[in-house]
Amino acid sequence: NMTSKYFKNQWNSEIFELKAELNNEKKEKRKEAVKKVIAAMTVGKDVSSLFPDVVNCMQTDNLELKKLVYLYLMNYAKSQPDMAIMAVNSFVKDCEDPNPLIRALAVRTMGCIRVDKITEYLCEPLRKCLKDEDPYVRKTAAVCVAKLHDINAQMVEDQGFLDSLRDLIADSNPMVVANAVAALSEISESHPNSNLLDLNPQNINKLLTALNECTEWGQIFILDCLSNYNPKDEREAQSICERVTPRLSHANSAVVLSAVKVLMKFLELLPKDTDYYNTLLKKLSPPLVTLLSGEPEVQYVALRNINLIVQKRPEILKQEIKVFFVKYNDPIYVKLEKLDIMIRLASHANIAQVLAELKEYATEVDVDFVRKAVRAIGRCAIKVEQSAERCVSTLLDLIQTKVNYVVQEAIVVIRDIFRKYPNKYESIIATLCENLDSLDEPDARAAMIWIVGEYAERIDNADELLESFLEGFHDESTQVQLTLLTAIVKLFLKKPSETQELVQQVLSLATQDSDNPDLRDRGYIYWRLLSTDPVTAKEVVLSEKPLISEETDLIEPTLLDELICHIGSLASVYHKPPNAFVEGSHGIHRKHLPIQHGSIDTGESPVSAGPAASIDQPQVIPSQGDLLGDLLNLDLGPPVNVPQGSSMQIGAVDLLGGGLDSLVRRMYREHSFLWFVKVWLPAVKAKGLEISGTFSRRQGHMYMDMSFINKALQHMTDFAIQFNKNSFGVIPTTPLAMHTPLMPSQSIDISLPLNTIGPVMKMDPLNNLQVAVKNNIDVFYFSTLIPLSVFFVEDGKMERQVFLATWKDIPNENELQYQIKECHLNADTVSGKLQNNNIYTIAKRNVEGQDMLYQSLKLTNGIWILAELRIQPGNPNYTVNARSKEIDRLQNAFDIVQNIFKDILHP
Amino acid sequence: MIGGLFIYNHKGEVLISRVYRDDIGRNAVDAFRVNVIHARQQVRSPVTNFARTSFFHVKRSNIWLAAVTKQNVNAAMVFEFLYKMCDVMTAYFSKISEENIKNNFVLIYELLDEILDFGYPQNSETGALKTFITQQGIKSQHHTKEEQSQITSQVTGQIGWRREGIKYRRNELFLDVLESVNLLMSPQGQVLSAHVSGRVVMKSYLSGMPECKFGMNDKIVIDKQGKGGTTDDSGKSGKQSIAIDDCTFHQCVRLSKFDSERSISFIPPDGEYELMRYRTTKDIILPFRVIPLVREVGRTKLEVKVVIKSNFKPSLLAQKIEVRIPTPLNTSGVQVICMKGKAKYKASENAIVWKIKRMAGMKESQISAEIELLPTNDKKKWARPPISMNFEVPFAPSGLKVRYLKVFEPKLNYSDHDVIKWVRYIGRSGIYETRC
Repeated sequence: NMTSKYFKNQWNSEIFELKAELNNEKKEKRKEAVKKVIAAMTVGKDVSSLFPDVVNCMQTDNLELKKLVYLYLMNYAKSQPDMAIMAVNSFVKDCEDPNPLIRALAVRTMGCIRVDKITEYLCEPLRKCLKDEDPYVRKTAAVCVAKLHDINAQMVEDQGFLDSLRDLIADSNPMVVANAVAALSEISESHPNSNLLDLNPQNINKLLTALNECTEWGQIFILDCLSNYNPKDEREAQSICERVTPRLSHANSAVVLSAVKVLMKFLELLPKDTDYYNTLLKKLSPPLVTLLSGEPEVQYVALRNINLIVQKRPEILKQEIKVFFVKYNDPIYVKLEKLDIMIRLASHANIAQVLAELKEYATEVDVDFVRKAVRAIGRCAIKVEQSAERCVSTLLDLIQTKVNYVVQEAIVVIRDIFRKYPNKYESIIATLCENLDSLDEPDARAAMIWIVGEYAERIDNADELLESFLEGFHDESTQVQLTLLTAIVKLFLKKPSETQELVQQVLSLATQDSDNPDLRDRGYIYWRLLSTDPVTAKEVVLSEKPLISEETDLIEPTLLDELICHIGSLASVYHKPPNAFVEGSHGIHRKHLPIQHGSIDTGESPVSAGPAASIDQPQVIPSQGDLLGDLLNLDLGPPVNVPQGSSMQIGAVDLLGGGLDSLVRRMYREHSFLWFVKVWLPAVKAKGLEISGTFSRRQGHMYMDMSFINKALQHMTDFAIQFNKNSFGVIPTTPLAMHTPLMPSQSIDISLPLNTIGPVMKMDPLNNLQVAVKNNIDVFYFSTLIPLSVFFVEDGKMERQVFLATWKDIPNENELQYQIKECHLNADTVSGKLQNNNIYTIAKRNVEGQDMLYQSLKLTNGIWILAELRIQPGNPNYTVNARSKEIDRLQNAFDIVQNIFKDILHP
Repeated sequence: MIGGLFIYNHKGEVLISRVYRDDIGRNAVDAFRVNVIHARQQVRSPVTNFARTSFFHVKRSNIWLAAVTKQNVNAAMVFEFLYKMCDVMTAYFSKISEENIKNNFVLIYELLDEILDFGYPQNSETGALKTFITQQGIKSQHHTKEEQSQITSQVTGQIGWRREGIKYRRNELFLDVLESVNLLMSPQGQVLSAHVSGRVVMKSYLSGMPECKFGMNDKIVIDKQGKGGTTDDSGKSGKQSIAIDDCTFHQCVRLSKFDSERSISFIPPDGEYELMRYRTTKDIILPFRVIPLVREVGRTKLEVKVVIKSNFKPSLLAQKIEVRIPTPLNTSGVQVICMKGKAKYKASENAIVWKIKRMAGMKESQISAEIELLPTNDKKKWARPPISMNFEVPFAPSGLKVRYLKVFEPKLNYSDHDVIKWVRYIGRSGIYETRC
């Protein structure tokens, strides 16, 4: 290839010329040459061959030239480690320069050169620079410690640099303090357990003083650090809030948001409905509104955060809905976010204005925005009952515009309105039906079909309408197919005489001609139901549906609390916890809102005692009574343990609506409480293999009960299973006993015996288990949480005397106190229930009318947990004090134990 | 923290690339180009994430600035930093353009080395930066030891925005109260939303380290004074005071003092800077009222009549008045008649633009237009964008008044009386729209 060769030659000659210029006698020439090198480097050309020539230019008193050489070094030192050593002397010399700007420059650059040999030479100069007389050098050295830590954490610890950094928190210069705080905060993120920052009231006071004096960026570092502090009582919380509040008037929006974060967190600790609490809430609103007059990018960040704040504390902005009205020239990302917040703030008081706005938006050009506006109108109807009628008529107006995507979106929301207000707006069905032909999106088609099926008795030609969809049945999306199936069954139950043919047609399409297991299973269920017991079929299919809830798209509360702790950060923009988008150790440490004292007393590190967000809550599924039993007796799967009891919460039709697989997943009954079987490995992630299961403890042995389902089209063989090292050393006792191939759509149940003699490695969370499953197709990985109660051994009953002595032996700081709310059991029932889970009652006392239960349990690894349960007559909230000698090894296990208690006592 | 900072031209060619963290590779430069600048569908968020890397971007004319990170950084801070970066570049070489960036790339690298360390923003006040990062390049021996320590103490000091030893023969200051008044009005004349966002911009040419105190007719301050009983016309002064919804200040202002006493005290930077921003929503003087009347005559004709009324003292003059009346996309011809100023139909902008140079208070003027439409098959109705207005008036629509700006410099021998002070009020239209 002639041309590329030509360019290559040209580039070679350029390099040659640069080399000559770099060695030119004249300083100016050399400087120009280094500039050319940097320019080439910027556009991605490889100039690494000039390394020795550039380094030769380092010895200069021209600061600008020196900086350019350093820039080059930072880029190429890693690829030329041996030659980089040539620069060391020059650095070390510069660190002694009388000019503080040069000293700082040298230490700053050296920290950016990630070459081990250079790092060794860095230690001494860095130590000196950390104690330099000039604050500019010290503030640069502080950041350099963080750089060095990133390269070689061990060295930083060994050399005592962390202590030096901590000393800088007391520095007289505010910028030094700010950089030290930033460096320590980052380093401590990779050591979540160490109390690196040593936040105590004295240090907090120093930070608050520096806060008033340092640069805007320094204020952000300090505020972000403060937000991780947990004040010891409400008085301290209030005094910090008082000193942080003035930051709300800062021109820098990041300072404002970080201050908001501190205040939102500490508000949790303040007693509600005091004057101060209410004033503080009022003070939060104006600065949040002001953020919306900033540049659009900052507006976007602010709006994403306001979205969280509005969910956590709606009272703050409830009067301010107008500022979220969309402006014609707002960028689209601002418009969409504003719309979201408008709906959240919509209420009876402002609904007229909101609706007028939404109607305007629905006529704009941007398709996404218009769709969202239409959806918003529907949500207003559902949220504010008084407005429903106006919303419906607005939606009808929009349908008249015949703009395709507007019509489709409108039909989807009208379906939800029907579900919220049954038997109210069905008069508009005729209008909706007119648009049947124009619907080409699955959501809209499904919504329309649902409406026709649900109100079949009022639509004369319902059968014709539904039949028209049947023609292209196999081309429809699964969602439409499922809805159509249900709709026609409903129609049949309502008008059996005319529609028999239709229902047979759809059942045969669903069961015989479809590959989709969900569709087929649902088809079969309907078929059997209709043929064996039409009365029950009617009860099931046409039963009353639960009303849909008013608020939709709410962030799940534990996640919301976690995100509030991350206000202003990327997590708050993505609405995801940091570990969802950050690699490695950073951000894995989850944050929790502080908890008001009284319910928990944990001293220095209440972070770990927060609500156990990471814990996989065992789901206790209310039983379905007779109906479920009947359905499951159809021979659709292996025999099932049908749980006893009553309390039916989920409507049967809704269950069917969710697909049959939710029924087929069986429930295991474990002692007194149920662990719901979970899908551990979904078929889409494992080339058609689906594994679901649970853990159990039977007769002193642990089991992993699994179902393997083959959803692929080929058979599967050669199964094997392996566990990663884990906190309790859990390993399979036997290999996976699957001797026959797993045929397509077949499922096999396996109970894998486990023991705890395997290698131990501490996991986070403690009960995390990583599993690898192999078959002839591939190896697949998943991780799951083992319910901790599986580890409670049968001989966990401690001797009375031993219990007393141990209890006294354990220091107070190893104690955790919490409350179990709304429990209406008496002491004996509690004791019995706990015993079923290997938590034993050692003694029971009655002190001044209170029942005191003393409990013990032992984990497979020999750790004992002791607990005292206090039950006051007439008070449904029990107090638990739990102690353990080995709290360090347990870490968040207490949280898990706390949940276990809760779950056992709350069936 | 920020892992890298890149600057691109409109084609996506990289002009500046500075990497601060080891987790950011050269491929990040390309990732942004491919996924944002060259994206097939316009990127709809200023924050994007690909391959577990987050990109923050802002655009200045056709130049892209992107900050890259793999961590959970403070997002607001990253954007504020990018804005600051733009300010700093503008302060050094005025316009941010491809040519200027290419010509100043060495300077930009030097600045990036100084204002971001390991991705942590450091002092980025241009006043301080200009003392030791210059385009000429400083030879280290040219600074005396005193000069050096003065530089470092300013960069790291409590008053990082001002250097010591400033001298002016004539101590002078200019205060501009610049307001933008925003309105959204229904066709029936109902105010849907209105607010003023204002800025107090100060140009100070003062010697030494002057201590300043700024006072305005803030309702909270006036009411407090009124309660003290020093004046008997508290009712009168109450009327002239304004309720400020919220305000933010330049970092020179002592925020804790404002929080506790609501007094605005500071040592100003030298030269021009923005002292404060504020927002008001109550008792706004709306300088103009727009009364629209749009009538559809059949399917191919629209009749539009718009009346504007000025609503301020007859002795004052509004300037640069412009009314923009949107027209449908299928407009084929427009006839306009206006009493005052000039009106033109601009087909490329789909609007009738009516311009009036000057207009006194308490006057009204009107325009009427006939719009011919081409028949179309398009079922979609015309969205009827709002009628917007631009203008400039010589008063503050919020009613804000500067009461005083006192200057104290205890070390030098000039007093508050010696300082020459100028105050000016300018009210401009922000988004001033009336739906039709």
